[in-house]
Amino acid sequence: MDISLKNVEYRYQADSPFERLAISDVSIDVPSGTYLAVIGHTGSGKSTVLQHLNALLKPTKGSVLIGSREIKAGRKEKNLKGVREKVGIVFQFPEHQLFEETVEKDIMFGPMNFGVTEKEAKARARSAINLVGLPEEILEKSPFDLSGGQMRRVAIAGVLAMEPEVIVLDEPTAGLDPRGRKEIMDLFYSLHKKRNLSTVLVTHSMEDAARYADDIVVMHQGKVFTKGTPEQIFSDPKALLELGLDVPEVVGLQLKIEEAFNTKFSKISLSEEELAEMVAELMEGGGPK
Amino acid sequence: MSKPLVRIENVSFSYVGQHTPALKNISFDIFEGEWLAIVGHNGSGKSTLAKLLNGLQFPQQGSIEVCGVTLSEDTVWDVRENVGMVFQNPDNQFVGTTVRDDVAFGLENHGIPRETMVERVQTSLDKVNMGTFLNQEPHHLSGGQKQRVAIAGVLALQPSIIILDEATSMLDPKGRAEVIKTVRELKDRENITVISITHDLEEAAKADRIIVMNKGELYREGTPEEIFEMDEELIKLGLDIPFPVKMSKIMREKGITLTKSYLTEEELVTELWTSHSKM
Repeated sequence: MDISLKNVEYRYQADSPFERLAISDVSIDVPSGTYLAVIGHTGSGKSTVLQHLNALLKPTKGSVLIGSREIKAGRKEKNLKGVREKVGIVFQFPEHQLFEETVEKDIMFGPMNFGVTEKEAKARARSAINLVGLPEEILEKSPFDLSGGQMRRVAIAGVLAMEPEVIVLDEPTAGLDPRGRKEIMDLFYSLHKKRNLSTVLVTHSMEDAARYADDIVVMHQGKVFTKGTPEQIFSDPKALLELGLDVPEVVGLQLKIEEAFNTKFSKISLSEEELAEMVAELMEGGGPK
Repeated sequence: MSKPLVRIENVSFSYVGQHTPALKNISFDIFEGEWLAIVGHNGSGKSTLAKLLNGLQFPQQGSIEVCGVTLSEDTVWDVRENVGMVFQNPDNQFVGTTVRDDVAFGLENHGIPRETMVERVQTSLDKVNMGTFLNQEPHHLSGGQKQRVAIAGVLALQPSIIILDEATSMLDPKGRAEVIKTVRELKDRENITVISITHDLEEAAKADRIIVMNKGELYREGTPEEIFEMDEELIKLGLDIPFPVKMSKIMREKGITLTKSYLTEEELVTELWTSHSKM
């Protein structure tokens, strides 16, 4: 399913004294099967963009195309269930939204809300809990007796059980330990490939953006600052640093080495091995310049 | 070596209804003025340890001594005067309607006279570089700013020890850097002992000493250099290796001579440059 934002503007509390312009003139395409990363500061408009992807927010100008459904500014939109069923959002700290008595009921809530039978929802809960790497016994437990990392996985299972075609992730690994972080990111990546999903990842981690995404959009002060492949985006690290954003650690190190040696490598490398090779070559060159 | 401020001896703890203990026979000392990082995977027992240190839980076995006082239900309030705690979620610990009220909250609870209170609120906020935010409301603050106000609230009570329980893990990179810088300044200027519970190894690399927890046990203790020599072993424990250490290793594999694994990119670049200029 393709999603595309066309010249989207969004004002919070429009036409009130509290009106605030959050994003303007934002155009982003997410063709079916794409893994897109959205990066930018806190307050750059990332979360506002994200909420347009399943019509939680409706643009105050411009339009959003979600599959065949167009959400246009200034029009009353009804029956958005179909859209929300196909686009699953994993919000930041999704474990804060757990509420049911048992893990199983919590996972079943979403699918049943969209009209799936109880039997089918149970089956989906079972397969979703396996997908996120938790034992089936956990289905009988209260979600509030689990550890933080397990709660996060249960919340993610709840979104997966809806079997969405597009998954939107808002900082899905914040607060997890390094192993948990890698497991969750690898899980989403393998689902993305296996089920041919579209994935939109909102993140502060330049490492994750560089490693998983096909395309990156950089948001700044409510506008799209630039977009391109990870190679394109990080080939101009100074531009990102000037916005106060980070670059992947490996790129940061390359810049420091270039500065110390007063030289420039032929390209910006996103791989640690490759940078080490380039440095080895430089060292073999011998003698200060 | 300065004197131990906290002594933890043979401490074990289990949560009600759980058969595996959260902490198994832990013993170590924490010294005055040091920055100690306690690292470990989710569920390794590091947060339980923090809760024991200021009496939110009590050990079922063993004893904990803080500033010469053995922690018990009778002494917990005395101990808490010495131990301030900053938690993970910036939104869950902002209790006042303004920055000023928030910092004053703890002081009011301790019955501090008003004149002293006004002064301490201001000086504590100055120490975390939030002195100009007195009348701001919490929703106007970033996550990093809220955590700094939380630290000021703790400082106002003039504790000897601050425990940061994953206090930076919900912040964006900028907020994280702000908080770490603030803590570093406090440690250097005020001689406050910092115990930082974290799984951010870049943060732990800046500590004086690291304790690695694994499955409720104290797995290893040492300086950051010593701990990061554990290399792959850290990954097996669910942790990671800081980037400069990882990069040092890869560079050696590619035939670059390095005398050691570096904890900072600056040191690594300096050695590269130095050995290059000698060629």
